[in-house]
Amino acid sequence: MLKIGSYEFSSRLLLGTGKYPDFDVQKEAVDVSETEILTFSVRRMNIFDANQPNFLEKLDVGKYTLLPNTAGAKTAEEAVRIAKLAKASGLCDMIKVEVIGCQKTLLPDPLETLKASEELLKEGFTVLPYTSDDVLLAKRLEELGCHAIMPGASPIGSGQGIVNPLNLRFIIEQSTVPVIVDAGIGVPSDAAMAMELGADGVLLNTAVSGAKDPVKMAQAMKLAIEAGRLGFEAGRIPKKRYATASSPTEGMSVS
Amino acid sequence: MELVINGDKIDVPDTVETVDNLIQHFGLSEKVVIVEQNQIIVEKGSHQETKLCNGDKIELVHFVGGG
Repeated sequence: MLKIGSYEFSSRLLLGTGKYPDFDVQKEAVDVSETEILTFSVRRMNIFDANQPNFLEKLDVGKYTLLPNTAGAKTAEEAVRIAKLAKASGLCDMIKVEVIGCQKTLLPDPLETLKASEELLKEGFTVLPYTSDDVLLAKRLEELGCHAIMPGASPIGSGQGIVNPLNLRFIIEQSTVPVIVDAGIGVPSDAAMAMELGADGVLLNTAVSGAKDPVKMAQAMKLAIEAGRLGFEAGRIPKKRYATASSPTEGMSVS
Repeated sequence: MELVINGDKIDVPDTVETVDNLIQHFGLSEKVVIVEQNQIIVEKGSHQETKLCNGDKIELVHFVGGG
């Protein structure tokens, strides 16, 4: 069970909803992923085209917990405003705090992320900040009362996988709230690795939506996260410098 | 009445007096639409009683795909 604030989930995959080729493929990908948490962004409506389809309408919303993000915010103030707009939908009280500090790397601004998280916690949100893999920043966010910490594996949409497994492990080891590896996942083995390191969940989007076959990749990610989690729970063997035989060394039949 | 909706100046008929009227006017009643009037969020339950004034800055936002 993944517990975030007062919520409980059996799936450890959080799925983004951006950049799919079409809604049918997206719907199928969401179904096979068995995710229970979907992220969204908040944007202006096109009021002159009320019939423009929206993915949210294709979903049985009651089946999912919505995790809106504050993407687009460059300051804590902007992030808080977007979070409040999202909450006013009446559909959710969870928020992924995302305050981007650099448009080239899309890395989060640590100070604004901290400020926004603090404010949103005061407002009663369930707060999940997207953060860099800085160990002390993760600690500070947890001390504020954040309900989960979401360090990036590598830059958003880059598909580079986990570039600093050591920092991720430090964050995981020190955290008493769930750690969800968010952003940069490229292939199922990246997701499995995050889970093997002890992450409580993985949030990904482009790895699935941008795959040649998003439905198949959604299933692959689901399986990888399950496999990684099982592997973590099972407890890995220690790494050794030299070989140890797995077959008995006694009782050899030699002529 | 002239409103600034999502950054654009837009004329709406005089029959549009409340936030709820505005949502109906644009055919958005069935949609998940979040409303901000002059930078203050108008909660869903207050759409009917919230009056609009000439020059109001209105934001109509919704959820779109994102990661």
